[in-house]
Amino acid sequence: MIDFRLDRGSGVATYLQLVHQVKHALRLGVLRPGDRLPTAKEVVDQLAINPNTVLKAYRELEREGLVAGRPGLGTFVQRSLGGASVAEHARLRDGLAGWVRDARSAGLDSEDVEALFASVVLDSFRVGEDTA
Amino acid sequence: MTVLTATGLGKKYRGSWALRDCSVSVPAGRVVALVGPNGAGKTTLLHLVVGLLTPTVGSVDVFGARADRDAQSLARVSFLAQDKPLYDGFSVADMLRLGRRLNPRWDQELAEKRLGELRIPLRRKVGKLSGGQQAQVALTIALAKRPELLLLDEPLANLDPLARHEVMRGLMAAVAETGMTVVLSSHVVSDLENTCDWLVVLNGGRVQVSGDIDELIAGHRLLSGPAELADGVAARMTTVDDSRTDRQATLLVRIGERQPALDPRWTVRGVGLEELVLAYLRRPEAATLPRPMLASA
Repeated sequence: MIDFRLDRGSGVATYLQLVHQVKHALRLGVLRPGDRLPTAKEVVDQLAINPNTVLKAYRELEREGLVAGRPGLGTFVQRSLGGASVAEHARLRDGLAGWVRDARSAGLDSEDVEALFASVVLDSFRVGEDTA
Repeated sequence: MTVLTATGLGKKYRGSWALRDCSVSVPAGRVVALVGPNGAGKTTLLHLVVGLLTPTVGSVDVFGARADRDAQSLARVSFLAQDKPLYDGFSVADMLRLGRRLNPRWDQELAEKRLGELRIPLRRKVGKLSGGQQAQVALTIALAKRPELLLLDEPLANLDPLARHEVMRGLMAAVAETGMTVVLSSHVVSDLENTCDWLVVLNGGRVQVSGDIDELIAGHRLLSGPAELADGVAARMTTVDDSRTDRQATLLVRIGERQPALDPRWTVRGVGLEELVLAYLRRPEAATLPRPMLASA
């Protein structure tokens, strides 16, 4: 079951934070099709937020076809996100961990690594787009 | 559906208005933040809603009936006053007994279960409980009436941060279970950021803002840019707050459906709830938002 966290100073609307966390969990395979999301009451009991906020997040996920509500039973994951399987993820993660070790031994600290990674991600996903 | 409607409501004490020209409505199922500085009229409004005060002018309807004339509708309403009126010499069990005798819709099982979960001993004298526990006992009594509308006057005042969180958690869980409408007053906006979904700002006895919080946040922007361009922008847009130095201007503006087209020298960013409320409070003359729409709840 997914465990929601709130970043209260982030300026991101609370319902969007919940939406992002579900998508993140779907990408990482933490949530899989058929899994039940916590009920509004369970989330509220943990985070002390408005139950309407949780329902709004679930409506948004439902609109995107990622989850579906079944009356009286709960809200269930319909499909996963991300192009690769869980096994692919594990392989890529190992590769990335090797690269991070390499970067550290080259003297990069965690902020250097994050900045470099972010810049490479930005560059490679921009290919083919207008770079004006 | 609307739970509460005030129309032209006003209350005058010894020649001065504590609340005036107050027209506001609250859709069912909402958690409403009633905010404003001390003396803004929050407590007066709440007392008028439950019939503890009689309006000088105007009227307030709760579940379609006048609160000061019809006790029937009050059976569906719980009100917790700011001083959390409990009897220090009573045990917690005595307080529950009192609640049961006074309220036909009393749910003893709910009260005992809730206090059990909070580990508050029923035999303990109320006066021996901590501030947070007293607040929880008072909230439990208000909830055991099984209200459809719960009004709380400064429920978090005088509580430490942990107790504030616990009280809000309990309140939100009750909302999730029952779908009741809640109106809670506070002058600390940060307490309400993630718990309320409807905002009513009272300032100097008048309603300044009333609306869905997400829509309000989406409908305002903070612009900062060169001072010499500020007059032009302020003339084109509804400006709530305007602060300037000789070079820079910061404007909090209301935007319409579309992002405004602006000179690239302006930086545009979104606003937080607290920022929005403070901007309105600083400018009591800032036009009230358009009349609250009866949003589908």
